[in-house]
Amino acid sequence: MKIKIISIICLLMAILIYSCQSDDQITFARYYSIGSVIYQNKCQNCHGKDGQGLSALMPALTDSVYLKANKATLPCIIKYGLKGKLMIINKKPFEGDMPVMDMAPIEIAEVLTYVTNSFGNKMGIITAQQVGDDLKDCK
Amino acid sequence: MKKLVAAVVIIFTYSACKFNTGQTALPIYGNRTPVTKTVDGKNVTDTAYQTIPGFKTVNQYGDSITNKNLDGNIYVADFFFTTCPSICPVMHRNMLNVYDAFKAEKDVKIISYSIDPKHDSVAILKKYADKLGVTGNTWWLLQGKKEDIYKLSESYLVTKPQEDAKQLFIHDGYFILVDKQKRIRGTYDGTQPGQVNNLIADIKTLKAEPDQITGK
Repeated sequence: MKIKIISIICLLMAILIYSCQSDDQITFARYYSIGSVIYQNKCQNCHGKDGQGLSALMPALTDSVYLKANKATLPCIIKYGLKGKLMIINKKPFEGDMPVMDMAPIEIAEVLTYVTNSFGNKMGIITAQQVGDDLKDCK
Repeated sequence: MKKLVAAVVIIFTYSACKFNTGQTALPIYGNRTPVTKTVDGKNVTDTAYQTIPGFKTVNQYGDSITNKNLDGNIYVADFFFTTCPSICPVMHRNMLNVYDAFKAEKDVKIISYSIDPKHDSVAILKKYADKLGVTGNTWWLLQGKKEDIYKLSESYLVTKPQEDAKQLFIHDGYFILVDKQKRIRGTYDGTQPGQVNNLIADIKTLKAEPDQITGK
């Protein structure tokens, strides 16, 4: 009996805590879930369901160090693609082309929020505002 | 209650038996025509099955590859191109599983026909194979005359590739299983990991067929 009451109280508290998410958390959740759909449609064929890439043809998206170090250029890579640029990802060289993914800044922000918080990465939200600023500095 | 349990056990046992017997031979696909031959003064009618016709291609090592090079092999074929942005990476991610399962066996091969031979030169195919992690002579990436390859795709019962301004080439992602007599024994959606697992299981089933052991 006691255990039942305790577990019910715990459950109620968990619901309470969960429902008290801050606005930031809600925004993050929204970005993340929309981002996962964009990922499935535009990225998954090459980069894989779990961001594992494909041998030495398509880089994995699991290199947290690379993603952190190149955070500001990620929007440029998505928007303008890559052509013959050498990249070292997970200590392996990649020198391929990535097609241009013409997306709005908000979509880029959503998909980046998904990628940088999945597959073992944990970088928090990347907002549309940030993406807009980064896109101005693309080379 | 006891009777019910007994009945359930009997039904399960029966269905299990049926399942097993159905798995010993794969179907043969394609058109078939009756052939009448005279053997020992008697007319005997036999069935001629559709087979893969001859072709001339070059593989990623620059070696000339014709259908003769596949004699005595069970093989899996698909159609792709190296710059394909849509289904090819998915297909070849799955095909790598087939490659890993059979790369040690001498009589199983994989061939991928490029449908963009203008771009996919021998050097490009070699680079693609290297990056994919494919070595040796289990998996050949083949370049041939475009019209020949397109025509050949019909013999494999897949949709003839089409060119389109945006997607470059439209083709389907089927893996076709061909036996040592060059008959089609199965088709699998190469974009579905589950179907590719079926393909791996079917190759093992096929290898155990008497026709395949003798290779005649």
